[in-house]
Amino acid sequence: MKDGYALEMVGIDKHFLGVHALNNCSLNLKSGEVLALIGENGAGKSTMMKVLTGIHQADGGKILYFGKKVSFKTPKDAQEAGISIVHQELNLMNHLTVAQNIFIGRESKGFFLDEVSINKKSEQLFERLGIDIDPRTKVMSLTVGKQQIVEIAKAISYDSKVIVFDEPTATLTDIEIDVLFDIINELREKGVGMIYISHRMDEIKRIADRITVLRDGEFVGTKNTAEIEIDEVIQMMIGRTTYEAPKQSSNVKPDAPVVLKVEKLNSRDIKDISFELRRGEILGFAGLMGAGRTETARVIFGADKRTSGDIYINGEKVDITSPSDAVKYGIGYLSEDRKRYGLALGMSVADNTVLPTLNNYLNGPFLDEKKIKEDTRKYVEKINVKTPSVDQLVRNLSGGNQQKVIIAKWLIRNCDILIFDEPTRGIDVGAKSEIYKLMNLLVESGKSIIMISSELPELFRMSDRILVLCEGVHTGTMSIEEADQHTVMKYATLNSSLHSETVTKVS
Amino acid sequence: MPTFIKKIQFQKLLAVAALIILYIFFAFAGTNFTSWPTTLNILGASYFVGFIAIGVTFVIITGGIDLSIGTVMMCSALVGGMLYRDYNLPLWLSLVCVVLVGTLFGLFNGILVTKLKLPPFIATLGTMMISMGLGSIITNTTSKYYPSILEEDGWFSRVFVRTEGNFPSGAVFLLGFFIIMAVVLNKTKVGRYIYAIGSNEEAVRLSGIKVHNWKCAAYVIAGLSAGLAGIFYSAMYMVIIPNTGNGIELQAIAAVVIGGTSLAGGVGSISGTIIGVFIMSVLRNGLISMGLPAPYQTFFTGVVVIGAVLLDIYRTKKANEVKKV
Repeated sequence: MKDGYALEMVGIDKHFLGVHALNNCSLNLKSGEVLALIGENGAGKSTMMKVLTGIHQADGGKILYFGKKVSFKTPKDAQEAGISIVHQELNLMNHLTVAQNIFIGRESKGFFLDEVSINKKSEQLFERLGIDIDPRTKVMSLTVGKQQIVEIAKAISYDSKVIVFDEPTATLTDIEIDVLFDIINELREKGVGMIYISHRMDEIKRIADRITVLRDGEFVGTKNTAEIEIDEVIQMMIGRTTYEAPKQSSNVKPDAPVVLKVEKLNSRDIKDISFELRRGEILGFAGLMGAGRTETARVIFGADKRTSGDIYINGEKVDITSPSDAVKYGIGYLSEDRKRYGLALGMSVADNTVLPTLNNYLNGPFLDEKKIKEDTRKYVEKINVKTPSVDQLVRNLSGGNQQKVIIAKWLIRNCDILIFDEPTRGIDVGAKSEIYKLMNLLVESGKSIIMISSELPELFRMSDRILVLCEGVHTGTMSIEEADQHTVMKYATLNSSLHSETVTKVS
Repeated sequence: MPTFIKKIQFQKLLAVAALIILYIFFAFAGTNFTSWPTTLNILGASYFVGFIAIGVTFVIITGGIDLSIGTVMMCSALVGGMLYRDYNLPLWLSLVCVVLVGTLFGLFNGILVTKLKLPPFIATLGTMMISMGLGSIITNTTSKYYPSILEEDGWFSRVFVRTEGNFPSGAVFLLGFFIIMAVVLNKTKVGRYIYAIGSNEEAVRLSGIKVHNWKCAAYVIAGLSAGLAGIFYSAMYMVIIPNTGNGIELQAIAAVVIGGTSLAGGVGSISGTIIGVFIMSVLRNGLISMGLPAPYQTFFTGVVVIGAVLLDIYRTKKANEVKKV
């Protein structure tokens, strides 16, 4: 490793329509190191990376790349200079194969395509990285996690000297994360400098050499990972400590009434799922990607078709065939993909909040805007949604506050059973603990919650019981007292020869 | 965010400004453009396009499209004319049937798009051909005549186009319809759901709302508006020729787009649509008053459509750059 930095960003300034997105931000990166770039949502991490890769132009400051001043006009310029970025959102073409995706824009010199050669190059790349994916598969038939791996492989295939990972693990399972970390370690040995953006402290602790923290568009500091505790990092990010231990024991009384009972539920994706949910209980759904957790929730909510099985609400058998039935019975669903399934982004906070309850806000044929706003304001205050007004477009809120708007929507509808599907995905640490607090308040007030999460620490912190699924089958249930991460992982991989192979390989 | 809201109002002001500038330009460049008869012509030619444009605004805000409105308007007018002339129905009852036929076509579109899940473009393209063919079949491809101002039932023209004192009475209907539909879109449940569906249909469904019914309602409104447009078209031109009407839907859609409604859904307004209708109508009559033949009108309308959409894209891009709070 040379003494000089591979990359230096010095005093970067960026304004958007009067908003100071980056104010004198700096970072530097050596070859062969992993620099974690962290901060709450809106801290300026993504903007910083967009400035680096030429998506945005900085208003002030300079970028030095191996000591030379550079200014990339487009992402392509940056890529040709050897800087790649793995975006948080997948940018793959679903109908093309893995190899076609990786080599898009670099197919061949001549007029005709050379599929054989790109397949071969992809195979070599995958072999080098220890990835087990057939380059001839169409991207759409891969799981989201595998797609993310393809995206990463694509960035690596440019033989870049600097690679930026923007929350690469958001959609990965633990096993896939291990694969990714192996890849990163290998790249580190080859002298590639990497910037790693993530919300997950445990991962950062594992993979990063140094940590740079941004807050509200300003540079807070850079520390060596080895010399700093997670709590300190969080402190730097938000200026307050937020650490909560896992739940020790359940507060749900054993004789609490069963509000939701599901018996032998079947659909295209799930098989014979049965469970009970008690009043005031948080039931955690654990499992790997594709385990059928979201699918189970969607069937209960009537969003997907139920082929057989029974659903009982408060002991009464009900027939739920559409979301409007489910809502009628007091079930609310918070989707894992807020922007796609949860919110009308172009509408205001108030409009989104009262969407399922519009019938209560009619004054003759007209909408009672005054009452809509009053009630929304009440809930906005109650659950602390940070928005300048209830007329604010939801698009302009941060992820955590968008999630709260969806919670408000179901609270105002007075739903007793709430399904939280990955409620903290893509939400920063501060907002996460607020969501947790809110969930605890909800169950204390007698609501019941099904919580789907891919983050085990979160499940252990929140759940009274944990139900584990694997490939659409219910493989185990345990109370929080008897649950431990190892057992959950065991159940989560129980059904799958494919997964268990990988597990043994990893362990 | 105040800057964002300002941007939207700015866009609307821009459309109004464009309308005024166009008007002033033609006032100087054209002959007799500001005269009362020309004004009556501008208004008269705006009525039927105005009605269908208002109707199709609802569909476009849901993220759909209705290509059948022009031919549905003609088919409804043909049915009405046939009932009046060939079956001797009273005129008022024939007119009720005109609206009814339009509404039924709207319902047909709505069912195709929601229950049968056809893409709106395909469904309404089919309905466009069906309504055009049907109009010719039932009339044996003969033109149908509505009463002129001098005939019996001359009230028809006086009420729906202009009075004998040259007062644009049709404008009163268009204004009334404009106000009612603006209220429906902004102040009622159906309007709110139509915006919400255009913004994110799946989120609306997962909020427990029967999306199909509300989406269908948008197509019914478009059909109803096409039926109403049939009345004003008949009153203005008095002759309905079978196998015509296609192309009118594109004029209406162009007006909607000029008015700032996004074809992607979720964004739009009735007031914008009305401004769009008048921009097109002033342009058309202005070019005539300058002595330019019809192809020029088509040409410049195209220019305006592209210009308006470019402006819209630019605006959306700017709006998206606004930093999150």
